[in-house]
Amino acid sequence: MRVGVFICHCGRNIASVVDVHWLKNEAAKLKNVVFCEDYIYLCSEPGQKFICEKIKELNLTHIIVAACTPSLHGETFSRTLESAGLNRYLLEIANIREQCSWVHQNTPKIATKKALKLIEAALAKLTYAKPLTPLRVPMIRKALVIGGGIAGIQAALDIANGGFEVYLVEKEPSLGGHMAQLSETFPTLDCSSCILTPKMVEVAHHKNIHLFTYAEVKNIEGTVGNFEVTILKKPRYVWEDKCTGCNDCVDVCPVIVPNEFDQGLGARKAIYIPFPQAVPLVYTIDLENCLNSKKLIVCENCFKACGPRAIDFLMEEEEVKIKVGAIIVATGYDLIPLEALPEYGGGRYQDVITSLDLERLLSPSGPTGGVIRRPSDGKIPKSIVFIQCAGSRDPEHGRPYCSKICCMYTAKHALLYKHAVPEGKVYIFYIDIRAAGKRYEEFVQRIVEEERVLYLRGKVSKVFRKNEKLVVLGVDTLTGRTVEIETDMVVVAPAIISNNGGKALAQILKTPIDEFGFFTEIHPKLRPVESPAIGIYLAGAAQSPKDISESVAQASAAASKVLALFSQKRIALEPIKAEVDVKLCKGCGICVKTCPFGAIKIIKKKKKKYAQVSKAVCQGCGSCMGACKFRAINVAHFTLKQLFSQVDALLEG
Amino acid sequence: MRLVLKSETDVLKKVEEISGQNVFSCYQCGMCSAGCPMSEEMDLLPNQVIRLLQMGAFDEILGSSTVWLCASCYTCRARCPRGVDLARLMEAVRLIVLRKTKDDYIPPARMVKEKLPQIALISALRKFTR
Repeated sequence: MRVGVFICHCGRNIASVVDVHWLKNEAAKLKNVVFCEDYIYLCSEPGQKFICEKIKELNLTHIIVAACTPSLHGETFSRTLESAGLNRYLLEIANIREQCSWVHQNTPKIATKKALKLIEAALAKLTYAKPLTPLRVPMIRKALVIGGGIAGIQAALDIANGGFEVYLVEKEPSLGGHMAQLSETFPTLDCSSCILTPKMVEVAHHKNIHLFTYAEVKNIEGTVGNFEVTILKKPRYVWEDKCTGCNDCVDVCPVIVPNEFDQGLGARKAIYIPFPQAVPLVYTIDLENCLNSKKLIVCENCFKACGPRAIDFLMEEEEVKIKVGAIIVATGYDLIPLEALPEYGGGRYQDVITSLDLERLLSPSGPTGGVIRRPSDGKIPKSIVFIQCAGSRDPEHGRPYCSKICCMYTAKHALLYKHAVPEGKVYIFYIDIRAAGKRYEEFVQRIVEEERVLYLRGKVSKVFRKNEKLVVLGVDTLTGRTVEIETDMVVVAPAIISNNGGKALAQILKTPIDEFGFFTEIHPKLRPVESPAIGIYLAGAAQSPKDISESVAQASAAASKVLALFSQKRIALEPIKAEVDVKLCKGCGICVKTCPFGAIKIIKKKKKKYAQVSKAVCQGCGSCMGACKFRAINVAHFTLKQLFSQVDALLEG
Repeated sequence: MRLVLKSETDVLKKVEEISGQNVFSCYQCGMCSAGCPMSEEMDLLPNQVIRLLQMGAFDEILGSSTVWLCASCYTCRARCPRGVDLARLMEAVRLIVLRKTKDDYIPPARMVKEKLPQIALISALRKFTR
C-alpha cells in the first residue's frame, strides 16, 4: 500500500485557517504515506494533472484528497484516479473545508489539528478499501410520467418523439390539468385551450404513449432502469373503447351537481365529461352522486340511452403492472381554499372568489360563456378589487414563499376585465410586483398605463358586505394612507400549495419533499430537474410554483435527461451494495423489515436460512448493516471494519 | 383619515388634459423626489403628488405647498425613467387651483395685477415666452 496525500488550499477557504504546511509535514509521517503535498486548487485542471502524474511517477496505490465535501468534487477526483489507472474506490476524501476550516474560523490551531485527525481517519478507512467495479444491469427503456397537465404532456411527448414508450398517468378523467381551466395566458394572451388541446390530442394519438386517465400510481418498486409500477385504474363505469362521446347519456341523466372543472361555478350531470375538449372524450359516472350505487340500480336512463352499450355499472377498479426505466413527476399544484382567508371574506361572501374561479368566468367555454358575472346575482361587476399575496409570503402561516405566478395573472385579469367592461374600475392590492420574465414587466406596465389600473401597495385588512356591494378596507403604503373601496367583486390570488396527492406519491417514490410538500431537486441550480432518487425527474409546479413557460421548459429538460439515460441499453450502478456473509447470517429477517427498498429476501438453501440481497434494487443505504445483530451484512466501500477503524482513528489520542 | 377611493374624477381628467400626461405611466420609483432641488421644503414629495392624482385624491393636494414650491426646473422630467413630465402635472394642478376662482379661466392681465404666488408668475412667464 503506497498512499499519496494531497492537501488543497481551496484558495484561501482552507489555507487561511488551517496551517497547510504543518499539515503536510505531519501527514507525511503517517504510516504507508509515501507522498504528501499541498496545492492551491486541486480541482483545477493542473491540480488534477498533478495528482495523476504523482500516481504514475511514484506508483501510488491509494489516494487521500483533503479538500472540500465529496458531494462537490468526489466525482472529479474519482475520475482523476481512473485516468491514472487506479480504481476509483481507492480514493478517500477528508473534508477539511465544510467540516473544518469553515466551521472553525476563529480557532485556527485546533482546526489544523482536526484537519490532521480527519486525514488520519480517512487513512484508516482507506486501509481496508477494496477496488470495486460498477454493476451493469439491463435497462427498461420506457418511461412513466405522473400527471397529465401541461408539464406531463410536454415531457411525455418529448420522450415519445424520441422513440421510446411512455406511460402517462392522470388522476382526473381528462388530460389538461390546470392549464385547461385557464382563459388566456400571459403575456401573449394566447387562448389557453387553443394551444393546449392540440397537444392533448397528440398525446392521445401518439403510438408511443399509453394513456391512463382516471388512474393513479399505487406502488413503485425497484430502481433506476428497472422500476416496477402498479397503476390503479378507477372504474369509470363506461368502457373507453366503446364510448363514442355522443352526449346521449348526459341528456337523460337526472342528477345535476357542481362541476369541479368550473370551480363549482357551473353544473354537470352525474355522468359527465369535465369540459368539451376533454381527452379522452369518454364519459365518466360519478357514482357518489349517481342515483345508483354498487348494490342498487334505481335509474337506468343513461344505460338505456347509450347506443354502443358502453355503460357498465359492474365495472371494478383494475390494477395494471408495468415496468419502466425512468419516472417523471409532474403532479402540479393546488390553491389554498378560500375558507383559509377569512379576513378577505373568503367562504362568507359569494362575490369573493379566487383567481382560478375568475379564469372560468373569463373562459368562453366556462359557466357564463365568457361573460364576467358575479356569482351572487349574475350582474356584471362595475369594479373589481384584486388581492395578491393571499396566503403567500406569509411565514407566520407557514408559507414564506412567493407563489410566483399571481402578479402576472392578476395583471392579465385586469386587462381581460377592462376589455370586457371598458368603463369598469380595477384596484389591485400588492406587496411587490414580481414580473421577472421575458416581456413580463412590459406587460404589467402596459396594463397599468393603458388600462389605468390602480395598484395599491399594501394589504387588505377587511372585506365586508354593505347592501349589494362589498367594502374593502386596506392601506396604500406609498401614500401612507388607509383606503376604503366600494366594489362589486373581490378576487383573491390564493397561495399555491403542493398538490394534495404529492405527499403520498413522494412516499411511494421514496423521494424527498420539502417542508411545504414540494418535490426536492438534487441541486437547485445545477441539477434542477433531477430528484435525489436516481432515475426520478421533476417537471412543473410539483417542484415549486411555476408558470406555463417554465413548466414546459422544465418538462423538456426532464425529458432530455430521460432520453440521455435511455441512450444506453444497460445501466451502470454504483457497486456500493449490501453483501451478506452467509456464514454469519442466521436468517432472522430483521434486515428484510428494515430495508426501505424491499431489496432483501430470506432464502433457504441446503437446510440453511440466510438473507439474499438483490443488487439491482439495493441502494446501499446501510439500514440493514446497522440492524444486523450478527454483523453479517456489510455495505461495500462502507464496511463495518472500515467505519470502526475510521472512528477509532478519530478518537485516538 | 381613510381615503375613500372612487371611480376616476373629473379633476383628474382635467389635470391630464392640461398637462398632456398619463398619471398611470408613473410607477412610483421616486426618481423625481430623489432629485428635486426643492423637495426638502415640500410637505408632499413630488412622487406623492402624482400618487394622490392616481388615486383621484385631488383634495389632498389642494392644501399642500408642494405645487407652489415647484420651480419648474424640469430635473424630474429629465430624469423620469417612464418619461412622465411631472413639471407639467404640477403646472396643471396650479392652473386648476387658480381657475377655481372664476369661470375656469384667468386672463393674463389679471394674473399679473393680483397678488399671486411667485411660482405662478414664473411658470406663466415660461409658458408665454416659449
